[in-house]
Amino acid sequence: VAEMEIGSFGDLINVGFKNKPLKKPIPLHEQTVKDEKGRYKRFHGAFTGGFSAGYFNTVGSKEGWAPSAFVSSRQQKAGKQNARPEDFMDEEDFSEHGIAPREITTSSEFSSSRRDQAAEKAKAINAQAALIPGDTLLEELIAPARLSIGVELLRKMGWKEGQGVGPRVKRKTRRQQMDGGSRVYGCALPSAGAEDSEDDDDEEFAPENVTFAPKDVTPVDFSPRMGVQGLGYRGLDPGLALLGHGAPEHIDLFKPQSEARSRLFGDERSGTRRGGVAGQAFGVGALEDDDDEDVYHRDSMSRYDSVLGGEEPGDRLYGWTAPQQYSRNKGKPAKDVSYLGKILEGFTLAQKPAKEKTIFPPPSLPRDYRPVQGFRPVVEVSRLSGVSPALAKALRTSRGHMVKEEPQQGGRHQLHSGQRRTLLGEDALQGPSSVMELLRPEDRQRLLNLRNASNQTSNQTSNQTSNQTSTPESRVSEALAAWRGVQISTQTFRPFEKNPSKQERYELYLNRLKQGDKDALDRSLDPAMTEWERSRERDEFVRASILYRPSSSSLSTRFTRAQHQEDDDTVEVSRDQEGDIDDKQAAVTMKMFGKLTRETFEWHPDKLLCKRFNVPDPFPGSGTVGLPKVKRDKFSVFNFLTVAESREPTALLKPPESMKKSRWDVSEQKKEEDCLSEMLSAARSQTETKVEKPASLPASSSSSQQTEVRSRGTNSEVIDPPEGYRPLLFKMSFLTWLVYILTSFGLFYNNINIY
Amino acid sequence: MAFPQPRPQAPQLPQHLLRTIDCQQGAVRAVRFNCDGNYLLSCGSDKSLKLWSMSRGTLLKTYSGHGYEVLDADSSYDNSQICSCSSDKTVILWDVATGQVTRKLRGHAGKVNCVQFSEEATVILSGSIDGTVRCWDTRSRRYEPIQVLDEARDSISSLKVAQHELLTGSVDGRVRLYDLRMGQLHVDFISSPITCVCFSQDGQCTLSSSLDSTVRLLDKSTGEMLGEYTGHKMKGYKLDCCLSSKDTHVLSCSEDGHVYCWDLVEGSLSLKLPVGKAVVQSLSFHPSETCLLTAMEGRVQVWASEPEEADEEAEKVF
Repeated sequence: VAEMEIGSFGDLINVGFKNKPLKKPIPLHEQTVKDEKGRYKRFHGAFTGGFSAGYFNTVGSKEGWAPSAFVSSRQQKAGKQNARPEDFMDEEDFSEHGIAPREITTSSEFSSSRRDQAAEKAKAINAQAALIPGDTLLEELIAPARLSIGVELLRKMGWKEGQGVGPRVKRKTRRQQMDGGSRVYGCALPSAGAEDSEDDDDEEFAPENVTFAPKDVTPVDFSPRMGVQGLGYRGLDPGLALLGHGAPEHIDLFKPQSEARSRLFGDERSGTRRGGVAGQAFGVGALEDDDDEDVYHRDSMSRYDSVLGGEEPGDRLYGWTAPQQYSRNKGKPAKDVSYLGKILEGFTLAQKPAKEKTIFPPPSLPRDYRPVQGFRPVVEVSRLSGVSPALAKALRTSRGHMVKEEPQQGGRHQLHSGQRRTLLGEDALQGPSSVMELLRPEDRQRLLNLRNASNQTSNQTSNQTSNQTSTPESRVSEALAAWRGVQISTQTFRPFEKNPSKQERYELYLNRLKQGDKDALDRSLDPAMTEWERSRERDEFVRASILYRPSSSSLSTRFTRAQHQEDDDTVEVSRDQEGDIDDKQAAVTMKMFGKLTRETFEWHPDKLLCKRFNVPDPFPGSGTVGLPKVKRDKFSVFNFLTVAESREPTALLKPPESMKKSRWDVSEQKKEEDCLSEMLSAARSQTETKVEKPASLPASSSSSQQTEVRSRGTNSEVIDPPEGYRPLLFKMSFLTWLVYILTSFGLFYNNINIY
Repeated sequence: MAFPQPRPQAPQLPQHLLRTIDCQQGAVRAVRFNCDGNYLLSCGSDKSLKLWSMSRGTLLKTYSGHGYEVLDADSSYDNSQICSCSSDKTVILWDVATGQVTRKLRGHAGKVNCVQFSEEATVILSGSIDGTVRCWDTRSRRYEPIQVLDEARDSISSLKVAQHELLTGSVDGRVRLYDLRMGQLHVDFISSPITCVCFSQDGQCTLSSSLDSTVRLLDKSTGEMLGEYTGHKMKGYKLDCCLSSKDTHVLSCSEDGHVYCWDLVEGSLSLKLPVGKAVVQSLSFHPSETCLLTAMEGRVQVWASEPEEADEEAEKVF
């Protein structure tokens, strides 16, 4: 039955096992399919899951191929069900060789294996080298028509299949190659000679400018030897078997299967080949007519190369050597001719090769070179008499600092201690000013001699430094030079702002300076002052005029004075400070709750909060939220004192007076005198006598008198305790005051220390 | 001739154990009646909040969504929403019926000790260990608090709202009364850390318990002390205190396993209710009836003035 079903097309191949009885067909129950894990798979029919209907012989789920039922309910609306192709695929389809592989693979467009002739050939060679030759024949036959990007690019550049890649070569080199290669082919193929001769003929007629594409290069086959056969063994070659070809004369170890490759490369073969199976260790078939072939192959050493790379093989395959450079002579001009004419659009070949960068060696340093930067001596513009201050300023601010800033104005970091001292107006320290004074006279003399000897070399610099040490007179003139003719009278720095009269005098001095008055200083000073004060002020004015000269405040034109004086010394504190805790603590221990322990602050609820609580905003229009804040001096002692300055809430509204008198409002006079606990006990005794409605018991006990007192008052005045408590409280507050005074002194002391 | 006045009924005290509910949610941190007293909320240390029926003692719903133990809860006036606060620094507004989280309010820097709805459930007020009270808007979609009250210098331990007034008790030993209508803040110094504050039912007094084992009744408007109640033990735990539904008695939890009940006026101890051996964590008084809830360890106990049998008999009669 099974035989009848097998249809036969074409001619039967004469297998040779004809007389052998055919194997029994495998019975149906033995035709089992197992998955990769060895589990049996059942075939469910092509449209019901095929083999992959796993999971208890269903399709990946318990329900198998049951159609998804329509589900709709109030809570769960039927979702849109879009069946994708992936829904009907199983893991086989998603696997590497399935129709929808999930792995990332090189797309065919970018894979270089397609249609790459050389690679294909290499593959074919590999196939030849394989144990079963012709293994990949099918792959070669079935090749997709698509080309990889690389091949397409090459084609656009004019490359044709079968050619090598690279610049065109001249006829001569090609010939050389052919000569080199012909030796090998010559032995193997008798027809090679004909080609050779053709080349020889061409040589005469070939014009000079005709170039040829380079020969294709076969990648070196690095396939390892897998079988147990010896080196150089070739299996039965079906090509050889079909064409009939004898064993090669020469075995090139470094060029295996040379004739197989040459056949693949399309070399012409001339002469008839006999058919039949031939190969090593196969002997000679009975049908072979060629009896004189060496059946039992004998090897001889002469057939092997004894020298590695002794001759250059035709296709430049040098075993392990890298491919050679094609153009040996670099200096050849007009290289683009050597390339094929077509160059990709938008590109041109460089006419000249990129010039090699010539790197010059660094200059050799002189022997006495010291790697220290020196500044060239600069022109003192301000000292030049004819230069106006405006020009000097322009010169200074323009570029590259023509003027080295005078040490007096070059920022405090460039001042030395003596200059700082004079700036600050301090007196020179008493005692020896230098170490020299501590030395004995003869030692000092020796040291001076030494120093003079060393100073001889750097004479110029010392001269300059001596120039720069300015006397008071020179500073006065300097200030005059700086300020003369300056018209910007506004917006200058006001160093004596704290002392208006002094500032006035200073401005007068500046104005006179601007007018070029020589003795501006003496005329602007107050004649009523003492000599000592005047000399002091003179110094200050000169220093200030030099320090805040218009040129150094050139940046001030870019800034404007702050409209509001920013006082960094203030800090936001809540306006109403809490009272003294100790007083309260004392009140608590005495169980005198009430005015002593209660404090009332103004508190601003958020507008929205009022809205949500359904109450009108108590402070409509006030922007603050929470406790109102005031700015206080940051370092004020009064921040640390929690003495109430103005405890009274500004907008304190009188609490609504309860008209109804509760039982707690018994006798106000009594309340004034007695301790609260006493009052409570009294109240309790009263309630014992007349208890009526306990539900309404706790009621307001505020009386008009109390509110009056509170609205009047600050903290301690309000305290109106019974007589017995007053001394203690007074003592406590006195103590706290003492502590405050002490701490404030400490603070001042600290401040003094800091400054 | 006039009829003699009916003898005034002696104030009843919840001295009979009606039922014990094992909440199955770890230690019960707080137990609260809803606004009409038919249901009760228990805040568990296993991050869950449970709603129980008071009359039957059955579990109605479990609200889970907190990241750490629930510390306090409150129900809105219409029983449609619950707010709860937790150690996970959040305040959650729940939908009662579905048990879904309506809003999760983050902003506190520490665990949130207490939470309270405003009267119309338009604002949730929460007091936290970070010393702030945050006012969360439930009407708008804003997730930031309307206002942060950061006057306290230490953790806010308790918080109550009555009409337009907000009462907070803080560990810094001060009871703060925020009067929205007047725009005033009254600070009463108690000196000992406050554990719980309450308004009286008539809104004229405030009750505050502190860690010096004292409960104080203060006049709301002046801050004067009207009564002082001692005898219980409150040294280290944040325990609750409350007033009875008719303001006749002051009740407080105690660390010795009792609930102390004082007469408000006389200040004398009128009942010492033995709840158990451990600390009575929380208590809540029925808003209208004489009924008390206590929480100890994992159990919630319901106390009433009369034993249950009587109730049943009465029902049979009618």
